[in-house]
Amino acid sequence: MRTVIFRAIAPYLTSLMVLFSIFVLLRGHNEPGGGFIGGLIAASALAIYGIACGVEPVRRAIYFHPMGISAFGLFVGTLAGVLSVFAGVPFMTGLWVYPTLFGVEIALSSVLVFDIGVYLVVVGAIGSIALALEERDRD
Amino acid sequence: MEPLFALLVGALFTVAIYLFMSKHIIRVLMGAAILSNGVNLLIFTAGRITREVPPIIGADSDVLQASAANPLPQALVLTAIVIAFSFFAFLLVLGYRAFQKLDTDNSDEMRVAEPVNESAPPLGY
Amino acid sequence: MSASAPGATFIVLMLPFLAALITPWLTRRLGHNAAWLLALAPAAIFIHFLGFSAEVADGGIVTGGFQWVPSYNVSFSWLIDGLSLTFALLISGIGALIILYSGGYLKGHKQLGRFFSFMLLFMGAMLGVVISDSFLMLFVYWELTSITSFLLIGFDHTREASRRAAIQALVVTGGGGLALLAGLLVIWNITGVSQVSLLLNYGDEVRASPFYLLALFLVLGGAFSKSAQFPLHFWLPNAMEAPTPVSAYLHSATMVKAGVYLLMRLNPVLGETVWWETILPVFGGATLIVGTLLAIRQTDLKLMLAYTTVSSLGLLVMLTGFGSEYAISAAVLYLVAHSLFKGGLFMVAGLIDHEAGTRDVTRLGGLRKAMPVTFIAALAGAISMAGLPPFLGFLAKEEIYYALWATDPWSLAFVAVAVVGNGLMFVIGFAVALKPFLGPEVKTPKHAHEGPVLLWLGPLTLGVAALVAALISPLTHRFISSPMASAISGEAETVTISVIPHMGPALILSLVTIAFGIVAYRMLDRLRAGMASLLQTIGWGPDRGFDQFVSGIVRLSGAVTRIVQPGRLDFYMTATFVMIAIALFAPMAWYGEWPSMPVWPADVQFHELAVFAIAFLGLGAVIYARDRLTAIVSLGVQGFAVALLFMLFGAPDLSFTQFMVETLAVVILALVMTRLKLSASDHRATRDKLIDMSVSLVCGTGFALYLLAVTQQPFNPYISDFFAAYSKIVAHGTNVVNVILVDFRGTDTLGEIAVVMVTGLAVLSLIRVSVGYAGIKIGDNDPDRREETR
Repeated sequence: MRTVIFRAIAPYLTSLMVLFSIFVLLRGHNEPGGGFIGGLIAASALAIYGIACGVEPVRRAIYFHPMGISAFGLFVGTLAGVLSVFAGVPFMTGLWVYPTLFGVEIALSSVLVFDIGVYLVVVGAIGSIALALEERDRD
Repeated sequence: MEPLFALLVGALFTVAIYLFMSKHIIRVLMGAAILSNGVNLLIFTAGRITREVPPIIGADSDVLQASAANPLPQALVLTAIVIAFSFFAFLLVLGYRAFQKLDTDNSDEMRVAEPVNESAPPLGY
Repeated sequence: MSASAPGATFIVLMLPFLAALITPWLTRRLGHNAAWLLALAPAAIFIHFLGFSAEVADGGIVTGGFQWVPSYNVSFSWLIDGLSLTFALLISGIGALIILYSGGYLKGHKQLGRFFSFMLLFMGAMLGVVISDSFLMLFVYWELTSITSFLLIGFDHTREASRRAAIQALVVTGGGGLALLAGLLVIWNITGVSQVSLLLNYGDEVRASPFYLLALFLVLGGAFSKSAQFPLHFWLPNAMEAPTPVSAYLHSATMVKAGVYLLMRLNPVLGETVWWETILPVFGGATLIVGTLLAIRQTDLKLMLAYTTVSSLGLLVMLTGFGSEYAISAAVLYLVAHSLFKGGLFMVAGLIDHEAGTRDVTRLGGLRKAMPVTFIAALAGAISMAGLPPFLGFLAKEEIYYALWATDPWSLAFVAVAVVGNGLMFVIGFAVALKPFLGPEVKTPKHAHEGPVLLWLGPLTLGVAALVAALISPLTHRFISSPMASAISGEAETVTISVIPHMGPALILSLVTIAFGIVAYRMLDRLRAGMASLLQTIGWGPDRGFDQFVSGIVRLSGAVTRIVQPGRLDFYMTATFVMIAIALFAPMAWYGEWPSMPVWPADVQFHELAVFAIAFLGLGAVIYARDRLTAIVSLGVQGFAVALLFMLFGAPDLSFTQFMVETLAVVILALVMTRLKLSASDHRATRDKLIDMSVSLVCGTGFALYLLAVTQQPFNPYISDFFAAYSKIVAHGTNVVNVILVDFRGTDTLGEIAVVMVTGLAVLSLIRVSVGYAGIKIGDNDPDRREETR
């Protein structure tokens, strides 16, 4: 599968897919998309990169261990739930703030933070599985 | 549309169960993948089928329009797909490691936990 | 009825458990001297209960407690009347002495803390049994005594004999406890009350009920197993594997009397019927005779005492069953006397064992000079056991004969049983108390000398108590015997007997007993040889039967396991799916709720049909594909078809997810598959094929029918409407699916992503861990074998 063309395209394809996955993640609350789909797209991107160029470059590229990313995602997700405790409302209640940045109102919410947590968990876990299976190629 | 879906669900279950009863781990794995499709489609269909209108609220409205699809089964199925995939991967690796260790994918020959000629349990106290 | 100081009583009931908690720490600090401190707990309990004696002597009943499960009318409540008070005093009083004795007996043992803990736990449980007012509490404490008894018998768990005895005791008494629970539930069902204090008013109702016999047999099952009645007596002698303090406390003075306690407690409710007055005396009498005969055969001091304990329990059951006024007071006196002398004699036996190094009566002799205090304690116990004045045992025996004496054949038979039983107990009592001390000095494994104060304090105190109780008999009767007898019979009674003998049949029977005992004592060796050869000829006994029962169960379960768990995955799968098929079709057939015949949807469009067709084709190809790679690709085809269906029917989120997942699944599967060197063909035999096909077809049809039936019902949009209405207004999101996932049901999703992460971890560890298969044999749990290989 490691044809020259595939190896040449793979980095661009991967970065495009990761960008797209973040786009899908962020628009998820109002349009089709969300953490699960975004995470799967990003994980597929990692898998494609791994098939094309080997697992080691992927591991270097994402810097953190994929399971670390996954665990961090779970932590972020839980934190998003715990945030509501400080507002005196039950666990996991959505909280919204609307800061204005450069004259544009941006909707930020604990729900979005939670969705990012979901995204990270899926990227980490599925990516880790895919990379681990690809790695066995060498032995 | 529901009868057609019911037919497909029945077919998915039939094939999945047929594969499950195979002696070969790889077939069982395929059965697991198909079974998750069957279950997902079952839940999706039980929430009734609507054509083409996704459950997204329009910009000019505060509530979901009546013709839109039922969002509840979709939410259930979405997580189910991801979890089913993780378990599928787990099963795959389990089967893979079992093959490496025992050099077979035939479940009849995997007798580590339940040996063929298991000795009777000890009778002492 | 009054409810004084419920808090204090509650604390007292919990005191042994609290003491058990700190015991290991205390023992580590103080060693065996911790006994002095720990004995304070039972002493405090003793004093607390002594405080009730004046009120109870005047016919008062103290109840108290707390609501536990109000909706089921289950309470944590206690009942203190003459019966439970006497028991509580015996348990705590003897308990304090036993704790001290244990400190001396197990001095320097490295598990001493554990031992004290178990003892105190048992004490708490036993107190609970006799104090409980509510059925449920009674049962819980009852089983707790079985469990602590198990722990104590198996204390020396490195020996197989200990383990066997412990398991045997647990199986017999624990099983009896279950029977008791069933019996109590039956009574609860008949009367509607779950409290002993209330139940006493419902005696006629219970006796008239058609379920009376059921309740009686179940309760008797519990009582007889706990009190070691023939033929369930075999566990008690085996329980002598426990350290001697345990034998003295649990298996003579307290726990084995729990069954007698239960019979006495329920006498006003279940008693006074033909069944009660036949079963109890017959089984009790048989136990009395069998126990003494077996005791004659033994040479081990502890075993001799153990078998006489069996016979004493038989005597108590027999007397309880007679139900007459004198029989009840005889039972009361004998119960108290027995606890005092038998506990003391056991401690003496342990003391001899501890100091001389053996407790085989044929290897002991002439110890009276070396151990004078022990000798006195032993004599006191033996005199009381033999029923000689001026000890409490004499009062009890006089009362027994007084109660039994009548001239009809039924009574005469039991008089004979009692005379023989008492005569043989006389023999055993003096064999234990005299043989080791009199005669020429015999060389013993250890050079014998008097034990420390911790060891002789207990037996001596009990001996003195038996003497004093008899000498001040009016006071004993006022505070102990009469209230207890009243509680047992359910009406006011007075016990009057005293140490001054009265002329009459009772005294003559006593003299006959003593004469018989002296003759038998002189012939003891010959009797022993005779019994030994008799038992040899019989060969089989309930003890052997227990072994056969246990090994039978193990073999049966092994055989059943081999049938239902042949170790073939496809067999398990087939069995599972057959069950599923039954579960799918049975309700539809039972309730006749088959779905109506579906009509071909009119509005189905060509491209939709095409997608369905692709899905069916993919499925077919998965099965029919010759090589596996084709099967994997076909797997992807049906997955994509399902994803397309999601897309066509308003679920873009699902569709994307399905596409991604299906791609990843096929890629991963192909990646792994290409690396495995699998055999070329994996098709199954025709017979398997037919079975598998029919099972899967039935299951698949079942699911399809089920789905059809569901969709033909009217749809309840209640929950969906909620999400549709509030998604934007409350949760500020227009993609309803996503809002449900991350907001409305966020906690759910949190759990799901945790699952995904854990699976990731599991996969990673499966791949990383190099499996070392070192030939571990599962099911190899024979402890002896492991010791050898260690």
